[in-house]
Amino acid sequence: MTHVLEVNNLSKHFGGLKAVDEVSLKVEKNQIVALIGPNGAGKTTFFNCITGMYKPTSGEIYIPSSAHRDSHITGEGHRTKAIHGLNPHVITECGIARTFQNIRLFQNMTVLENIMIGRHCRLSTGIIGAIFRTRKSRLEESELIHDSHEILTKIGLENYANEFAKNLPYGAQRKLEIARALATDPFLLLLDEPAAGMNPQETKELDGLIVKLRDTEDLSILLIEHDMNLVMSLAENIYVMDYGKLIAQGTPTQIKSDKKVIEAYLGEEIDA
Amino acid sequence: MQLEYFISLLLGGLAKGSIYALIALGYTMVYGIIQLINFAHGEIYMIGAFTALIFSTVITYTMPDTAFLINVGISFTGAIIFAAAYGFTMERIAYRPLRNAPRLSALISAIGMSILLQNYVLLAQTPDFLPFPSLVPNFSFLEPIEYIVSSNQIVIIVTTIIVMILLTLLIKFTRVGKAMRATAQDKTMAQLIGINVDKIIAITFVIGSSTAALGGVLISSNIGQINYYIGFIAGIKAFVAAVLGGIGSIPGAVLGSLILGLTESFGSGYISSDYEDAFAFIFLVIILIFKPEGILGRKDNQKV
Amino acid sequence: MNSKKLNKFLTDKFGDKIGNLFNEIILSFITSLWFMILMFPIMIIKVNTIDQTIIWRWHNLIYIGAGSFVLSYLWRKALKLKEMKSRTEENSKKSFSLSESLSNLSESKFHYPAMGVTLLLFILIPVFSSLYQTTVLSSALIYVMLGLGLNIVVGLGGLLNLGYVAFYIVGAYSYAMLNTHFGLSFWVALPIGALLSTVFGILLALPILRLRGDYLAIVTLAFAEIIRLILQNEGDIFGGPSGINNIEPPSFFGFEFGLDGKTVLMYYIILFMTIFTIFVIFRLENSRIGRAWQALREDEIATKSMGINVTMTKLTSFALGATWAGFAGVLFSAKTAFINPDSFTIWESVIILCFVVLGGMGSIFGVAIAALILYILPESLRAFAQYRMLVYGISLVLMMIFRQGGIIDVKRKHYKLPDNIKAD
Repeated sequence: MTHVLEVNNLSKHFGGLKAVDEVSLKVEKNQIVALIGPNGAGKTTFFNCITGMYKPTSGEIYIPSSAHRDSHITGEGHRTKAIHGLNPHVITECGIARTFQNIRLFQNMTVLENIMIGRHCRLSTGIIGAIFRTRKSRLEESELIHDSHEILTKIGLENYANEFAKNLPYGAQRKLEIARALATDPFLLLLDEPAAGMNPQETKELDGLIVKLRDTEDLSILLIEHDMNLVMSLAENIYVMDYGKLIAQGTPTQIKSDKKVIEAYLGEEIDA
Repeated sequence: MQLEYFISLLLGGLAKGSIYALIALGYTMVYGIIQLINFAHGEIYMIGAFTALIFSTVITYTMPDTAFLINVGISFTGAIIFAAAYGFTMERIAYRPLRNAPRLSALISAIGMSILLQNYVLLAQTPDFLPFPSLVPNFSFLEPIEYIVSSNQIVIIVTTIIVMILLTLLIKFTRVGKAMRATAQDKTMAQLIGINVDKIIAITFVIGSSTAALGGVLISSNIGQINYYIGFIAGIKAFVAAVLGGIGSIPGAVLGSLILGLTESFGSGYISSDYEDAFAFIFLVIILIFKPEGILGRKDNQKV
Repeated sequence: MNSKKLNKFLTDKFGDKIGNLFNEIILSFITSLWFMILMFPIMIIKVNTIDQTIIWRWHNLIYIGAGSFVLSYLWRKALKLKEMKSRTEENSKKSFSLSESLSNLSESKFHYPAMGVTLLLFILIPVFSSLYQTTVLSSALIYVMLGLGLNIVVGLGGLLNLGYVAFYIVGAYSYAMLNTHFGLSFWVALPIGALLSTVFGILLALPILRLRGDYLAIVTLAFAEIIRLILQNEGDIFGGPSGINNIEPPSFFGFEFGLDGKTVLMYYIILFMTIFTIFVIFRLENSRIGRAWQALREDEIATKSMGINVTMTKLTSFALGATWAGFAGVLFSAKTAFINPDSFTIWESVIILCFVVLGGMGSIFGVAIAALILYILPESLRAFAQYRMLVYGISLVLMMIFRQGGIIDVKRKHYKLPDNIKAD
């Protein structure tokens, strides 16, 4: 099995609070993994540690050393690269992209521009190139527009291209976040509650979209989600966190019957 | 002689620091409650001083027989009441509509308010420096050591101590004080448990403005002259003091103010008076670069 | 009785229309009474402790009363309108239209001729205007450059820099000193001044860029004040309060000009530099770098997660902003031939900030127009000059409350698919 993400004993403490406590997790290539747990369990903090927004207190995070999705990952014995403690932008450059629980779009820019910003780390035009519009920068710019359009079409937002991001309907804003993350050319996508606030119809569409992206874009996906229907239908592997600790791990069927999980969710509906 | 010079600098610094503390309180309380650097706070201090000047001058010129203490009483009370009213109005006009706007918008609005108030006084009164009457009596028992400490300085220090004690009591033990602390912690939650957040914020502005006015009158009476511009530099310095101590913390503001006052006093006394105003700015830069949360402040984590 | 209860009481008693009117009148009356008391000491009584006189200006009471009565009504009306507008905007989120994109298309066709005419106008101005007017316009254009430069930092990058004047100082003093001490010519000093200013910008930015927005504002202000105090106090190096004089005006391929000619030449140099500024910033704005700046302004955390190096992005925005202040500084000292610290107070920074805010943060033409109008108006209308700062202050507050986008609506560039790539 090839792992595209391997987290070993990750902890993040805020003063005395252990927001994430010795959590280990693995994501295999082209797998959809879900991270669930009650509110305040430390799931988003865990995401923030992986993406470099927080520096972990201890623990390690590894990705394949040449994990860029175009490159071929060779079975067992592949080399890994530690990414814990790196800056967020470096981690994104390595090929891990994310969305946010509370939508964080560039509200006063157009949808297309949002995508174009996502492409930033894969381009190279600098100040000089921008001022003199060198051949290289012109070429890059026109490719950029083309690629960005293509990403929008893939997600189904092409009609909104020149709209301000803030004027999009809620569901489309969530999709745009995914599209923007996709623009950074990731091999691993971290989705933080992608279905939050969506109606059942939109959630169903999202379900289809995530599977489609995994298949066509050669992606692996790690998602945090509260919508158990979505989790059970999407995830091949589920990790459950409570009070910063990992309390269970397994397939959807295993998780559904797990005593600890039911305890943690006491009173909350978890059957699909 | 050396020791006397040192003591006079020490007391001068403490008096200066006390004035900064009276102004810094407003900054720190407002920041604590709505996270706004109230750029126009210094202007309130200036307006307080101007109001006192106007009241006392009118009394002196039209009713020369009025007892000195009555004059002083009316001038101080008038300054405090009017400054508080200006603070209240300012919050209502320039900040309340921006309660949910980005921080920088409120800051720009505050800068606008500062320019507005300065020029309002400039146009309505005068651009020149005006002599300010001494509103503090001379204590005869201080005469032998007058060259070390003036009555004015003693009054400033004592007043500040009293104000600080009263304010601490207010915030610790009264209903309003508790509501203030609750609002500072979490506005939404405070609202949910029935605190009128708008009212609490208004009260904060009123208290901050009153102490600033008090400081304004005391220091003007000590220096002996004022113009429309005095608020700006004093305001910036008090802000520095608040940041130095950890903005949002009241004991921090006092501590920061005293440190700044003493540094200025000793700095200009022993090093060079040319750069007296620069100490505050250099302090500010160093503190913000190396310890942005200040001496007594709490570190706040960026939320993702 | 609070205002809601009052409104209910009145509408119950008199019906909606008349009740509301009564309500408004009562509220306005209370407000005007409040302001009449509030402004009484400062507006009515004018004391002069030098001449020992008191002037009572009772007529002001009437102005305040009437003025605040009307303004209070308009104020509430405007706030209500704003609230309604934001609500309807939320409802019509989906309303994007083809007509809008069409109007944009036609606009871009219209763009070039309009720009040509404007340019021609600016080129011809020295021919049919007085020397004084040309000088005023030169100064105005310097402010346009400063406004556009600060716009990179505040408008695009979202970093509130209250000490922009510090970089202006670096530019101005570097030409003044290079010229008076070493006899360097304007043309050599122009790039050097800009470069020094940029370097200075980078050095200053490095330690402070991780600070939060409002702290950043205050620290930049502090830096500018420290620099001004140094200029003021170091007489041996910087000339102290009296500054540096006898700075040479620019030469032009060895031609000799009279006083008139020199003024006109200066105007053309400044005009050229302004156009150059607009050109460069326009290209930067819609480039990879410019988009990164704007992303930073919108959301720093999201920007980080897009793989953008936030520190570098802030640094380039700060440094490039400084570059233009450097250019403007060199031009300023070449134009006035005499500089001293009084020209570079904190209020200079604030005025430039006003131009950026009023012009609509991020909008090149908005900022340019705001700088031109706001500078020329007080120069030409003496009556207005006195109230200039007052009006600036009021407009900052009003803009923040009612139109944060500035006078001119910012339109984003609409990208079209290049045809040659579309095919594949």
